[in-house]
Formats: sequence, structure tokens, C-alpha cells
Amino acid sequence: MASLELKRVVKRYATTTVIHGVDLTVRDGEFVVFVGPSGCGKSTLLRMISGLESVTEGDLWLDGRRVNDVSAAQRGLAMVFQSYALYPHMTVYQNMAFGLENIRTPRSQIDTKVNDAARLLRLEALLGRRPTQLSGGQRQRVAIGRAIVREPTIFLFDEPLSNLDAELRVQMRTEITALHQRLKTTMIYVTHDQVEAMTMADKIVVLNAGRVEQIGAPLDLYNAPRNKFVAGFIGSPRMNFLSVRVTGVGPDGVGVMTDANSPRAAATIPVRGESGLVGQAAVLGIRPEHIHLRRAEPDELALTVMIELLEQLGSTSFLYCVLPSGEKLTVQLAGQIDKEAGEQIEVCFATIDAHLFANTESEPAFERLKTPAVHVAA
Amino acid sequence: MLASSRLPLRALAVAIATVTLNAVELPMRALQRLLGVPRIGWVFVTPNLVVLGLFTFLPIVIDFYYAFTGGVQLDLRARPFTGWENLQTLFECGSYLDPSTCRKDLFWRAVHNTAWFALLQVGLMVVLSLVTALVLNRKILGRGFFRGVFFYPVLLSPVVVALIWKWILQREGLLNAILHSAGIAGPVWLNEPGWAFSWSVFVSIWAHMGFYTLILLAGLQAIPADLYEAAEMDSASPWRRFYRITLPLLMPNLLVVLVLAVIRAVQMFDEIFVLTGGGPGSATLFIVQFIYQTAFAESIRLYGLAAAASLVLATTLLALTVVQLRISRQGLSGKAGRDDG
Amino acid sequence: MVDLVRMLAGTRGHRRLDWTDWLSYAYLLLGLVLMFGPVLWLVLSSFKSAAALNEFPPRLLPYGQASVTVPGHPGPLPLFRVKLPDGSTRQLAELRRIGIQATMIDPERPEEEFKVNIRDRERVRAFHLALENYTEIFGKFAFGRFLWNSVFITVVATLITLLFNAMAAFALSKYRFEGQKWVFLLIISTLMIPPTIILVPNFLVVSKLSLLNSLWGVIWPAVATPTGVFLLRQYMLTIPDELIDAARMDHASEWRIFWRIVLPLSAPALAVLAIFSVIWRWNDFLWPLVVLSRTENFTLQLALNSFQGELTTQWNYLLAMTVLTLFPVTIVFAFLQRYITAGIASAGVK
Repeated sequence: MASLELKRVVKRYATTTVIHGVDLTVRDGEFVVFVGPSGCGKSTLLRMISGLESVTEGDLWLDGRRVNDVSAAQRGLAMVFQSYALYPHMTVYQNMAFGLENIRTPRSQIDTKVNDAARLLRLEALLGRRPTQLSGGQRQRVAIGRAIVREPTIFLFDEPLSNLDAELRVQMRTEITALHQRLKTTMIYVTHDQVEAMTMADKIVVLNAGRVEQIGAPLDLYNAPRNKFVAGFIGSPRMNFLSVRVTGVGPDGVGVMTDANSPRAAATIPVRGESGLVGQAAVLGIRPEHIHLRRAEPDELALTVMIELLEQLGSTSFLYCVLPSGEKLTVQLAGQIDKEAGEQIEVCFATIDAHLFANTESEPAFERLKTPAVHVAA
Repeated sequence: MLASSRLPLRALAVAIATVTLNAVELPMRALQRLLGVPRIGWVFVTPNLVVLGLFTFLPIVIDFYYAFTGGVQLDLRARPFTGWENLQTLFECGSYLDPSTCRKDLFWRAVHNTAWFALLQVGLMVVLSLVTALVLNRKILGRGFFRGVFFYPVLLSPVVVALIWKWILQREGLLNAILHSAGIAGPVWLNEPGWAFSWSVFVSIWAHMGFYTLILLAGLQAIPADLYEAAEMDSASPWRRFYRITLPLLMPNLLVVLVLAVIRAVQMFDEIFVLTGGGPGSATLFIVQFIYQTAFAESIRLYGLAAAASLVLATTLLALTVVQLRISRQGLSGKAGRDDG
Repeated sequence: MVDLVRMLAGTRGHRRLDWTDWLSYAYLLLGLVLMFGPVLWLVLSSFKSAAALNEFPPRLLPYGQASVTVPGHPGPLPLFRVKLPDGSTRQLAELRRIGIQATMIDPERPEEEFKVNIRDRERVRAFHLALENYTEIFGKFAFGRFLWNSVFITVVATLITLLFNAMAAFALSKYRFEGQKWVFLLIISTLMIPPTIILVPNFLVVSKLSLLNSLWGVIWPAVATPTGVFLLRQYMLTIPDELIDAARMDHASEWRIFWRIVLPLSAPALAVLAIFSVIWRWNDFLWPLVVLSRTENFTLQLALNSFQGELTTQWNYLLAMTVLTLFPVTIVFAFLQRYITAGIASAGVK
């Protein structure tokens, strides 16, 4: 059990900087997920925490102790690797016992610990097998078992599910979550899959190009993304982005004009803005599930679009539309609809649900004046 | 784990290995703490570097020292500096084409012999290896067996190779017996200069061609079969197929084999030394044997002269190696002019 | 000419054997005779007695002088087929011989003696393996000593080679430390330095280290093989780095990672290097010839060389020793040919 603190942590190889000063606090018992596209530095950050990579600048505090110069073995953490990294020439038992042997644990204790972990992970029958004789899910469990027997203060997971098929991935996801609830140990989990992040995390850290974009609880990130990058990364299907021009700034919000040649292409988005913005370009974001086909309410924006592609899943329908300007728009509707590809339709959404971003990915979003009613499932 | 091992010998070996390797672990742990993780790599390469330093790099330096000092002492301090004298002695010559006009006629005989030997042996061997590789590349029954047949002599020690042929070529040996049954009285092959030289070439080809066959065979097997099929569709004649597809695609391997064979032929010593002792006279005396004799087998041991001859040999080999590196990009692939590790 | 080329260039696609196939098989058969024949002849000859070896023309199989034991005479007596003055032919045993006159007896009736001119008789032969060639070399020539020296050098040098080369290969494949590239190039560059050109100065180094006339003087210079480092490094590069990281997280020291994780996983490459090392060290000649000058330190190769150079070569013993010397290599070849040929084809090791 441990807390972890990163202060202005930087990683630099020769000439390239891959981590640009990360600050982060992980509380004891938290399940933290690092998420981001590949190459964003999330694995490097995890390896720096583990001690496998050195810290170029900044400080790493573990339970109030600065551990920059403490070796991987001495930090008392355990890691589950993407490829599982099971020792192929050892049996499952030997794989799990290896770490304990290295710290000269007495034989009897090793036996107890390995057997306990095996029972917890339902591996008892497999203890005599070699990793090559196991299925992907079993290997994954052995890798977790190897971490468990060490009784680490923090578990580190490096994209542990990326080598599994979809079905197994869902199953292992719930197993890891259950494990966390049972052990109540701090866990740091790296993934590029935002679904894993949303479903498992107490706290998500969104990383992009070596920088932290936002830290927060999953739904906070979803409801109030700090910038366009986070908004685009969290949520599936992705948030729609439309380029707009700022037409005016007032106390009720920022007036924008979409590119579309639609009846109600202009509206006032309830966000705080400054007068200097008038005439500049911005990006309007709207989640697919916030768009509907009903008649437009007064406070709503309406756009005329053409349906390019239609996906009906029974409980949900997805409309992939294109605006006259060529911009794409995805619409998610509950239930089934009576439309066809090629049809012209009018789509609407409430301005209170819309987000307004600066034109670049990382610049902070415009602060909202009102909090939209969260769409709580009944 | 030890108890479950049924072979007591194996258990013993495992136990010994475990004990020794565990004993090394304590000092290694200390070094790891001292140096940190990546720098501990130095500790791992040290044994190798020490051995190489003592027995390869240091000797290269001493080689130069010997070459420029005289006397018969082994000890470096006891050797007077003589400058270029050793090299001058080697190169003092009326005509390099006629060894008898040279001051060190034996050295120049060795150079001549080595050059002729390299030319004949390499030429014949590469052609034979190529033919053998081409035959072995066909879909024939027992290909693995025949490949083994040609390769087997490569593994035999030079001494064994020499004795096998010495036994066949002796006065009343198998060869003369066969000739006898045909009514021919064979000579004592290794006592006649011309024959001794020819047999040296033959025996060294016999002993080494399997190695080159294997390299060429690997090259042939890397040529995609569909190239031949395409050529057949284009109704190319077999000659054209060989000339336009096989030969050009095999050329890199062929060049590597050629240079490698020359580098090794220039260093020929073991089997010829046992087979003929360099004789009769100096008919089969090669450069390495000259070095060996000058330094170790004569009553007056002229280390300086031997070292000077080594430098001449080294320069030749260096030139050949440069040629090899030029023509083969895989210069670090382990294909090299030494065959003992 | 074109047909000859067809034979060489074609890879057979059709089913029936055409004449190019016959030519190929003829070539391979000739190769078989030329390559294996001499070795076979050596082995057959090694089972012949000294007397049988002196015969010309020689027989293919080992035949020896047939002999009988006659009561009243010590030891077996050689048998001859004798043409007696009365025109009859009988098998008689020789008692003694003076000049061209031999005294012989009939084994059936030993009391009667014959005086026979040696031109009137010929030896009776029987198939006989002269196994004494093999047994006597141990007593007469300290063959056991040479064998032990060779085995000691081969085994010890191979073990040290495996350990040292694996350590270096581990560092060069799994670490990134300053000067690493330089070290790698330095080791690989020694491939270009054949031992023949540093023969003389190496003799000095070995003598300064008091290793002259010691088996260690042969072992130490041989253990840092660049080929071995290269081969093992290439193999170790294929071991995933995550395994090393996992072991580090498992509290393993670097040395423990080396011998508990990397060494066992490199077993296939270690096996190939072991095979090559055994063959190299077993066959070594020039360097041992320089270092070992006392007979009791001779390796098998040196012993063979020294015996064949003696004025009265005892071929029966020499041949037996030669066969015993090539025996281990042949066994290695018979069982591990696949590894050897694969090693050569991939890395050009020899």
C-alpha cells in the first residue's frame, strides 16, 4: 500500500525529450489509468515509476521517500508486462517463485504464497506447466500471479490486455477490477484503450506527446474535457467537431456561426469568452448522443445534413452524416429509425450540450457558464 | 529440482554449476551496487577483453617490436634495435621472380610456393565447390546424406587428413597398388617435388571444399524458385538460365567464398606440414611454415626475422580482408579468415 | 556443353530420371568414393597386423597369418601351405627358420619334422582383426596420457569459452553502456587477425605467464573466440528485453539474470558454439605445437605428428591412433550434422 508523487518529471534521451515535466499524485489504494495514443509516453512514464527507466529531471516520491536513485528491485513494486514476460524455461510455479527466491524467502513461505496466489487466480491445476502450454488468458493470470506473490506496494500494468481477443479482454478487465477491490492495493494501469480506462479507473491521466492533458475521474473527463484532445479521445463514438466563426461575445455566451448553410446555423453557446475573439475561428464540439432528429427547440442549433451511412444495432442507431461543407457528423440515437442512406435530414442539439474549443488541440476549452444536466440513465 | 533429477552425473554437474555461479553472485552484486546497471556491462565483457588483450592485441604490438629488433633472445629488453634490418634481409633480392638470387632464398621460395598454391588450390576448389553445390541443389534422393559426405572431411583435424593421404600415397600404398594392378609402377609420390606439390593442392581441396560447398549451397537455396519458373515460361535455355539467373544471384556468395579461400590458402600450414614437412627440399614450403621454422624449429631462433615475415603476411591478409569487406557488405557476419574460433 | 549446363542449372521439375540425373548421381557416387573411401581405407588398415600392412599389393580386408597351437610347443605357430617334394600339398606349422631353410611340422602329427625351402611354401591366411593395435598403444606409447591431454584441453577450453563468450554477448546484447559499440567492434575485429601472424609474440606472452609446456598455455589464448561472441550475441538479441525487465522487478541481480534467465534461454546457440569449440580445440595443431614441447604434454594431434615423423614409422599403431583421433569428431558429425551445417550456412562459422 503506498502513495506516489511525481514532481516535474522529465525523460530525455540524447536529444529528444519524451516526457515534458509531469506532475501527478496517486493516493493510496487508487486505481489510476494512464491513457493516450501510442507514442504519448505513457509506457515510459510507467517504466520510470517502476525504476526500469531512470528519471532525467524532477522527483519521484514513494510513500514520502525520494526514490529516483533506488533500483527497480528495491522499490517494492510489481509489474505486469504487455507480453507477460513469463520465463519460458520455468514452470508456472517457478515463474511465481522466482522473485521470492531472489529475496531469499524460506521455501515453506514461498510455497504458501504461490499456492495462495494460484488459488486466487484459479491456477492451481496449471502450476506444473510451462508458459507455452497455456492459453493467452492463463498466461495473463500467471503474470498477475507473479506480481501478487511479491505483495507489492503498487501494481503496475503495462497494456496487459492488448494481446487478448475482445471477449477475453472484457473478462480479464472485470477480473482485474475485482482483484483491485479485493486487495485494495494501489494500481497504475497503462492502456491506449479509452474503454478500459473508463471502466476500470478511479482516476484517469490522459497523456499526449509526453504531456498530461487532463487528470480526473472518468465521468469528469467525459463531461468536462479540458481541451479538444481529451474531448476527442474520451468517449465512443468520438465527439463531433465543427469549425465555427465567433460572431459575438456577450454575458450569455459566445455567438458562433457554423459553416453550414442551414436554417439555424448560428447560435449562442453558453461559455465565457472575451471580446477580442470576434471574427476568429473556433471549434464546436458535440457528442453524437446529444444530437436528435426531433424538431428544433428554441435554444437549439439545427443543421441540414445528408446521411452517408447508416448502422442499426437494434438498441442503438448510428448515422454517419456529411455537411454541405464536407465536415462529418456522427449521430447516435436510441432505438431504431426509419431513414435511408442518401436522405437529407435536419439534426439538432441543445447549445448547452455543446463545447467550444480553441482551434488547437491542447489549448484549454472555453469555460462553461452552466453545467448541463447530466443525462442520467433511468 | 535436484532430487528429481535421475542422472546422478547431471545432478552433480548442476550442483557444481549452481555452487560456483552462486559464489560469483556476491562479488557481482557488490559491483552492481558500485557501478549501476548499464555500466555493469563492462564487468561482463572484461574476461573476454583481458584474454583478447593478452593474446591478440598485445602480441600485435610485440610483433612490431620483434620485427625491428635483432638477436636470438626472446626477452624484449635483451634485443638490440636493428631498425629495418630484418625486413631488408627478407627483401634483399636480385630478382623477386628467382628465389635463388635472394639473400633469404627460403623465404622467397615459400612466397612463390604459397602464391602458386593459392592460385591453383583456390581456383580448382571454387569451381569444384560450385559444381558440387549445383548438383546438391537439384532434387535428388539422399541430398542430406551427400551433403554430409562432402562436408565430413572439413571436420577432420589437419593431422588426420595428412595421415590418411600419407598412408594412401606411400610407396606401397593404396594408390600404387591400384596402379600396380593396371600394370603401372607408381612413383613415391611425396618424394618427387612436382607430385608432392600437386598432392598438397589436392589434399587441401579434399579437406576444405565441403565448407565452401555449404556456403554456395546456402546461396543457391536463397534464390527464389519462381525466378526459374518465370524463365522457363520465357523459354530461356538452361544455359541462359544458369548464366542470367544463377550466376548473377550467386555472385556475392561466390566472391565471399573466393576471398575467404584465398585468405585461408595463404595461411596454409598444418596438413601440408604433416604430409610433406615442406619437402622434398623446399617444394612445399609455405610462408607460415617458414615463420614457424625460423622462430621455433632452427637451432638459432631468429624471432625478429620471423616477426618481420609475419608482418609481410599480415599486410597481405589485411589487403585481402579489405577486398573482402569491399565486395561483401556483411563484413561483420563472422565469415572471416580464421577457422579456429 | 548445353546439356552439361542443363544438368548444372536445372532443378528437376519432371518425374522421370533423365540422363542429367544419372550424371548427377554418378558425380555424387564418385564424390562418395573419394571423400569417404580414404577414411574407410584408413579404418580397415588400422585393423591389420604389422605383417599384413607390409604386404604389397595390399588386401582390402584385414587378413592375418593363420596359426595353430601344437602341444609341446610354446605359443601359436604360423601356418603355411607347403608343396612337398613328393608333389603333395599340406598345411604345416613353422617351428623355426634358418636362412631359406625352415623346419616345419604337421599339427596333426607333431612328431614328424620337415625341412622345407621357403620358396616352396606360402602363408595361410585367415580373417583377423588386429585389435592389439588398439590395445597396445595404451601401454607402448602413453596413448592414454595424450588422450587425457586432448580431452582436458577440449573440455576445459570449451567450458570457459561458453562462459566468457556468453558473458560478453550478454553485455553486448542487453545493455547500452558507454563504449559498448567500441567493445563490440574490437572483439569482432579480431576475426581479421589470424593466429598465424601473432605466433611469435604470443609465444613470448605465454612464456612470460609461465604457461609454456602447460595445457593452460593452449587453453587460455583460445577462449575469447570472436565467432562465439558474435553467434551468441545474435541469438541473445532475440530474447525479449521485457523478460530481463521482469526479472529486474523480481529482485534478480544482473548476474542472476544472466545465469538464471539468459543462459538457459540461449541453450540452442550455446549448443552450436559448444560443438564448434569441441571440434576447434580437438583439432588444434600449430599453437599446441609451439607451446607444448615435452612429450608428456602432447595432445593427440601432436603425438600423431611426432610418431609419423619417426624414422621407423610403426604404421599399425599410428593408424590405430589416427582412427581413435578422428573417432570423436566423426561421432559429433554423425549426430549433430544439422546444427553444424546450419551454423555455417547462417553465420559462416567454421
